[in-house]
Amino acid sequence: MASYDFIFDSLGLREWCDGESKSGPMTMDQLLGQAAGQDADQGASIWELPFPSLDALNEACSAMPQTRNMTKGLEEGFLAVKDSLKFILDPLTQPLSWLLDGALYVSLSAPWWIVIPILLGVVFAVTKSSKLVGFVAICVFALAFIDHYDYAMKTLSIIFVCAFLCVILGVPIGIAMSRSDTMQRSTIPILDMLQTLPPFVYLIPLIFLFSVTESKLYGIAIILYAIVPVIRLTDLGIRLVDKDVIEAADAFGMSERQKLFGVQIPLALPNIMAGVNQTIMMSLAMVVIASLVSAPGLGVLVLRGIRNLELGVGLVAGLGIVLLAVILDRVTKASLARINATQNQ
Amino acid sequence: MTNDVKVSIRNLYKIFGSDPQAALEDVRGGMTKPQLLEQRQHVLGLSDINIDIRAGEITVIMGLSGSGKSTLIRHLNRLIDPTAGEIRIDGADILAYGEEALRQLRQERMSMVFQKFALLPHRTVLENAGMSMAIRGYSREEYESEANRWLDRVGLGGYGDHHPFQLSGGMQQRVGIARALTSNSEIMLMDEAFSALDPLIRTDMQNLLLELQNELHKTIVFITHDLDEALKLADHLVILNDGQVIQQGEPQGILLNPADPYIEDFVSDINRARVLRVRSVMEANEGEVDCIAGEVDHDDTLEHVIAKSRGDTSASYRVMKDGNQVGVLDMQSLVRALVPTHAAENGVRASMSD
Repeated sequence: MASYDFIFDSLGLREWCDGESKSGPMTMDQLLGQAAGQDADQGASIWELPFPSLDALNEACSAMPQTRNMTKGLEEGFLAVKDSLKFILDPLTQPLSWLLDGALYVSLSAPWWIVIPILLGVVFAVTKSSKLVGFVAICVFALAFIDHYDYAMKTLSIIFVCAFLCVILGVPIGIAMSRSDTMQRSTIPILDMLQTLPPFVYLIPLIFLFSVTESKLYGIAIILYAIVPVIRLTDLGIRLVDKDVIEAADAFGMSERQKLFGVQIPLALPNIMAGVNQTIMMSLAMVVIASLVSAPGLGVLVLRGIRNLELGVGLVAGLGIVLLAVILDRVTKASLARINATQNQ
Repeated sequence: MTNDVKVSIRNLYKIFGSDPQAALEDVRGGMTKPQLLEQRQHVLGLSDINIDIRAGEITVIMGLSGSGKSTLIRHLNRLIDPTAGEIRIDGADILAYGEEALRQLRQERMSMVFQKFALLPHRTVLENAGMSMAIRGYSREEYESEANRWLDRVGLGGYGDHHPFQLSGGMQQRVGIARALTSNSEIMLMDEAFSALDPLIRTDMQNLLLELQNELHKTIVFITHDLDEALKLADHLVILNDGQVIQQGEPQGILLNPADPYIEDFVSDINRARVLRVRSVMEANEGEVDCIAGEVDHDDTLEHVIAKSRGDTSASYRVMKDGNQVGVLDMQSLVRALVPTHAAENGVRASMSD
């Protein structure tokens, strides 16, 4: 007899329980119990009383569902809506595939003696620091010298596309959050979830939704993971703009639009840039994990190192990622410092 | 003092809290500020304010912190909306204005100077000064000359390309004033504009304001907690306490005839010789008098007359206005006027020292 028989007996539900006795396959616990030669249902001592979980109740009444039915139900539910979800999401996210494929194609098909100078030119344009340009040049040449140029370029172009889309999507969301408390209250739990959910977890439904050969699969995973800081810091930055300055803008009759683009965004720019820096760093972290779902780049080499226990390959690729991280961090921080200098905040 | 009324405030109430309309009934029924706070958890910001602000004058609203003066000035351009009452500018009820009309009012007819300057830190001094015109849609070329003209006028010529953080506090506030002047509005609201500045610079700025006012004759509403500043600038002085107007009128009149102990306390600290003017203590007399020691202008301060008499209290002076005699000043009545009426024996300070 199971521990919770008395509940169903006293409620007079025994008949209902036994009426639907379609006892499914045994659970692992039951199987182990049997193998150990124990009676699955002793229930004599109060010390042995199990928590009235779905599985324990199922023992007493086979009409009760088991816990594995719940996870199965979730899976079936997801599979049921999958097709319609795919029908909507597929065309919506298709541009992401194009962007990623285009960026990969351009960065790889253009010869290195064009790509590297353009890269260094961009670094100089945003930082105005020739020292930093020299540092980036050394790093890129070092990577190219050990034949990691292609991998590094793939990783970089994925990061550029994803971080760019994060800013395009994240800044307006952050602005909307800063203007409405309701919007902020409803968005923050989602952001918290995106930030704390282990990245592997949202790879699973994405694999169901999109085919692994499509680049948008890892693109979405990276954007979901990396968009959070730019949203948060845009919201924070706009809310932190000096109330006196906003009041002055109102007192001189600025329209909402003039206030947003002329006052709030420029004054929030240091915070927004700090968010962009974080977003870029998180894209880099995710692009490595996303190599599990066919994201090309240095992550693939790391993965190879793990799979085939090729220590050297994994380590060198890992160090290459560190180098990219340092470059990206330094460059975005330097451009942030430049903005701060003009605002003296 | 026969200028037209520019802004008229009638029966203005402001109550902060969750249900101001219900609280308003209580206030009209005679509930006081502490009672309202205790029984209804509402804060009485302004209570039954009636002020006429005349065109071309400096109206100073004075009160200690928490008296509601900053709340009051923000009603004039509706940065804060009242709970009840009426505000008319040139006869038009601005509380009825829609968003567009209100924005136009703020852009073209009113400008504001702030205690903490509130300049745009990411724009240059020139762009800040031209801000009001830029908001109206003028391009930089169009507002540049106007902004530069006013920057020159407030003594900041050549600083146009600097950023606000490169300037000292006094200079930043000059930019704030230039910004208000460039908007070419008839009404200037100044919210404790000089309170954040150190005393010498503050005196400078007060003189600058008076100088500009002599030239421009704007309608200025000036908020301050400093009685010396109020008396120096005011054509019309309004004294506010706990959200109510205690006394308003010509500053000399308030100084000589304080209406209640609160104001007596205030004015007893003042250097009366520097504030009172001959016209307030003279005896109106156009006839000849004996033993005249000299002539003084009706607008001279008593301090000036004392210096002129070298401390001789027996002399009398002929008081002149535009070259004609308007009265006689007896040094003894001058000395009597220097003593505060009765230093607030039942006032706030007396009750505190008990």
